[in-house]
Amino acid sequence: MSNSGEGGPGANGILVRVDGVDRTFHRGAEEIHVLDGLDLEVPQGEFLALMGPSGSGKTTLLNLIGGLDRPTRGSVAIGGDRLESMSARRLAAWRARHVGLVFQFYNLLPVLSAARNVELPLLLTHMSGAERRRHVAVALEVVGLSHRANHYPRTLSGGEQQRVGIARAIVSDPTLLLCDEPTGDLDRKAGDEILDLLQALNAQHGKTIIMVTHDPHASARATRTVHLDKGQLSMEAPA
Amino acid sequence: MRFLRLVWGNLMRRKLRTSLTLLSVCVAFLLFGLLCIINEAFSAGVTMAGADRLIVRHKVSLIMSLPITYGARMQRIPGVDATTHWTWFNGIYQDDPRNFFGTFPVEPESFLAMHREYLLPPAEREAWLKTRTGAIVGRTLADRFGWKVGDRIPLMSPIWPRKGDGAWEFDIVGIYDGDKKSTDTSGFFFRYDYFDESRAEGQGLVGWYVVRVKDPDRAAEVAAAIDAEFANSPYETKAEPEGAFAQSFVEQIGSIGTILLAILSAVFFTILLVAGNTMAQAVRERTAELGVLKAVGFTNERVLGLVLVESCLLAAAGGLSGLAIAWLLTLGGSPIPAVFPVFYLPTRYLLIGVGLVLGLGILAGLLPALAAMRLRVAVALRRHA
Repeated sequence: MSNSGEGGPGANGILVRVDGVDRTFHRGAEEIHVLDGLDLEVPQGEFLALMGPSGSGKTTLLNLIGGLDRPTRGSVAIGGDRLESMSARRLAAWRARHVGLVFQFYNLLPVLSAARNVELPLLLTHMSGAERRRHVAVALEVVGLSHRANHYPRTLSGGEQQRVGIARAIVSDPTLLLCDEPTGDLDRKAGDEILDLLQALNAQHGKTIIMVTHDPHASARATRTVHLDKGQLSMEAPA
Repeated sequence: MRFLRLVWGNLMRRKLRTSLTLLSVCVAFLLFGLLCIINEAFSAGVTMAGADRLIVRHKVSLIMSLPITYGARMQRIPGVDATTHWTWFNGIYQDDPRNFFGTFPVEPESFLAMHREYLLPPAEREAWLKTRTGAIVGRTLADRFGWKVGDRIPLMSPIWPRKGDGAWEFDIVGIYDGDKKSTDTSGFFFRYDYFDESRAEGQGLVGWYVVRVKDPDRAAEVAAAIDAEFANSPYETKAEPEGAFAQSFVEQIGSIGTILLAILSAVFFTILLVAGNTMAQAVRERTAELGVLKAVGFTNERVLGLVLVESCLLAAAGGLSGLAIAWLLTLGGSPIPAVFPVFYLPTRYLLIGVGLVLGLGILAGLLPALAAMRLRVAVALRRHA
């Protein structure tokens, strides 16, 4: 699996560029400033850990980078694609092509088998059924779950479900993997296995990974850690 | 097609809820089918009425007779092509009032010439012309009692006693079919000359006339001329198109169409709420999954489409089953031939049913689908977390 084409890094190797981003939410008459003039650059091939207390804006920043939300002000560019100027339809197509998302609670569809869950992003492509099956088989093999392909999520352990979630995230060979507390719902052993897998995807397959975590043990696996507090980057530390 | 597994999986997520909704929709469309069958049975006479035919009856009431001589006089009125006459006999078979069916003395040649919708083999037609006590019966009636050509059938008539008070006896010489599915084949027709000679009273009188006009566009003009011909006589007439005559019969028990429309409107409104509620619940409980679909690249429009397809599939599975059951019920024939001699589900009602299925699917799914379409990804995922 490799990155290529659109969504690739700029000439200076920067894949993600967050520039002066504000994100404000409204709760009734109250304005909540979650992100406040935030700047961030993530080079191609980096494994970045995003840490911070609850409510610091980690997930909001991840959503903005993944094109799941739009900034109130400022810009987010991934490999030169400015997300804030894209229409909803174009943004959806861009997400399908360039971003893989891994969630804390796996977010698998319970009505589909592991293989069918992994296949979901491929349904949006022009691939034939046979091609899709081949890609799904490769993705499940990468996460070590080929033998559980036909199992439904309710019959899988938490660690296995997260592996299926990762397989779904990488099946379309995206540029960028965004992981929101990927080990937050797992015990230490299963969490370590997931972190091993993410490290391998970063080191062996060249995936750029941004991981939100509360867990210093998890952030230690990243190549760089960024701390977010009250909507601003408070500290950057190499791992 | 590639999304069918996802749609199907969502439908099967809550099997009991889906089954109950499906059953409700099925019953609603079964009811729709049955009411359409009943409507068709009532209105068969109206739809089969010839545009070129008039019914001429006594001006006061249908139960009052007209002279047999009127036929020849009408024949001379400009615009009249042919005439024949019918009389209500009210025959009862085996002395059991439940064995009631339409029995009419008619003049065979003019009757068959007028009513080409009744198909009688030539040999049986000849036999009827030769046999004074001969009668022809419709296929539905023959099947009902297991009659065949050659059988002798005794009938009693509370209106027309026979001279000597005995039962009327008829020899079945022919069995007719209809040229269309909606043609009534439950009639029993026998010769007027035998009837007129043998009845105890009322000789020279008939029930009503059927008149064919040369030009259907001038039917109203000819009807007025017929009524004018017999004005100020002891037997004044009322001439009207056959369709209007049949409609007035149907309306004796109320406006069937209005009654059916009222029932169906109530049923469909209820079923719309049931199916709509099912879809709304189904969408609400998988907010996070919809968020995930959008996160992996499904567009808002595609999510809208998926929910609508799901809703339409639910409506189609239930609705088409209901229509199919209604149609299957007609294959065994009418359960009460005396009341519903014509018993089938016309294709036009099946097509309307399919349209209603589609409409129900779209309407029931529209609001939940719009809600799913408008759902913001980050909000949906946050709600789940």
